[in-house]
Amino acid sequence: MSKIFSRYGDGTPFETTEKELMEDLVAGTQDAAERGKIDPLSQDDLDHIADIMKCRYTAVGVDPGYECVLTYDGAPIKLIRTNVNVDRLQALQIYEKLMGADTLEMGFVDYSYKPIKHIVTYEQPLMEQALLSTTAPIIYGAQPNLGLYSQPDGPFPNPAELLPAGRIAEAKESYEKAVEEAVRDMVYVASAMYESGADGIILDTVGAAGDADALAGLKTAQILKAKYPDISIEMGMAGEFVLGMHGSLEFEGVRLAGLYNHQMLELAEQVGVDIFGTVMNTNTTESAAWNLARAITFTKSCTDIAKIPIHANMGMGVGGVTVNDHTPIDITSKASKAMVEVCRLDGL
Amino acid sequence: MRAAGDLVARMQMAKAMKIGDAKKYVAERLGVSIADLTDPIIMTEVRNDLKLGTLHAGARSAKGIEAKHNIAELLDLDINCVRNFKSNTTR
Repeated sequence: MSKIFSRYGDGTPFETTEKELMEDLVAGTQDAAERGKIDPLSQDDLDHIADIMKCRYTAVGVDPGYECVLTYDGAPIKLIRTNVNVDRLQALQIYEKLMGADTLEMGFVDYSYKPIKHIVTYEQPLMEQALLSTTAPIIYGAQPNLGLYSQPDGPFPNPAELLPAGRIAEAKESYEKAVEEAVRDMVYVASAMYESGADGIILDTVGAAGDADALAGLKTAQILKAKYPDISIEMGMAGEFVLGMHGSLEFEGVRLAGLYNHQMLELAEQVGVDIFGTVMNTNTTESAAWNLARAITFTKSCTDIAKIPIHANMGMGVGGVTVNDHTPIDITSKASKAMVEVCRLDGL
Repeated sequence: MRAAGDLVARMQMAKAMKIGDAKKYVAERLGVSIADLTDPIIMTEVRNDLKLGTLHAGARSAKGIEAKHNIAELLDLDINCVRNFKSNTTR
């Protein structure tokens, strides 16, 4: 029996057998099903993923009919980070004219709403100029990033210091105050960018600082939709479930701590979010097959119930893709193909 | 932008349409089949004919905000920046 090329979650290559590959797929889907209390993948779906993983081509693409839309994560920031010396307007033109991007995302180098508030008057004219010279829709994106609201970076006592000291009530109060402040900042910035013509707003990496962070994202979306009924909002998650850093925060009667993506999706739909971005974490010591089956199981629990488009986050440690800055094209393309075809995704 | 991904994306963003519905809507508005939407050769011709902007836009072709005026009309969308453009060019 021929060996099958694969990788671990940290990107390390290894060879496996058909039997081991299927064992990993089954273990991955079962892990997701048990944690999320969701259905595991069917044998047909597992066989389809196995066929993709066994493919000897270095790069693969979706079957005709499964083509989907691509959105990007802080697009111009990627060029700046890789030392490509262009301004953001040119970066967006490169994405559109050279890469053929479906959508463009403008983001500030400090990709959080709080620091953008101070310089938003510089962001608006740049967005307006970009909109004149490009054709694809431009989304403005940033994170709630509640970490910036606690000392020493922000005004409120640091829950990470209060919690280990047993000062639970003070930590919770700090999170609650941070939510109020973050919502104000996000609504301020998103309103400005929308009024400057942005085609949409991305609330990205929602839940990164736990349930308070998730609450800030949901409240912001709710306020923006009430203020601008036509505004388009994409909400992207930070991880596969919401950490209960506060523990008791609720949105519309639903406790946020411990919610998996399919449960956050329902709240996102409730507040009028237009596109939901799923995120499933990669385990570096498990195989690509284990990670991918697990990520697809979680994602499928979203696409099975979604009334709005689902764009799965794929790459750099999420969606079954390895945890590398430059992800190998083999696992990136195979994971993307499997994710799109099994989940019938609307976008990546 | 190599084919019709930006147009399908607009329907997802503006109307929260799932991929199948968005493709069907765009194909009907453009007068092409759904399979044509992902063909860069066919779509470049269609986009040139309908002045929807292309990857490598030549002289006198519709570009940037010009193309978005036509996209808004063709897809029956109220594109935010097109609305702003009209507001700023009307006294």
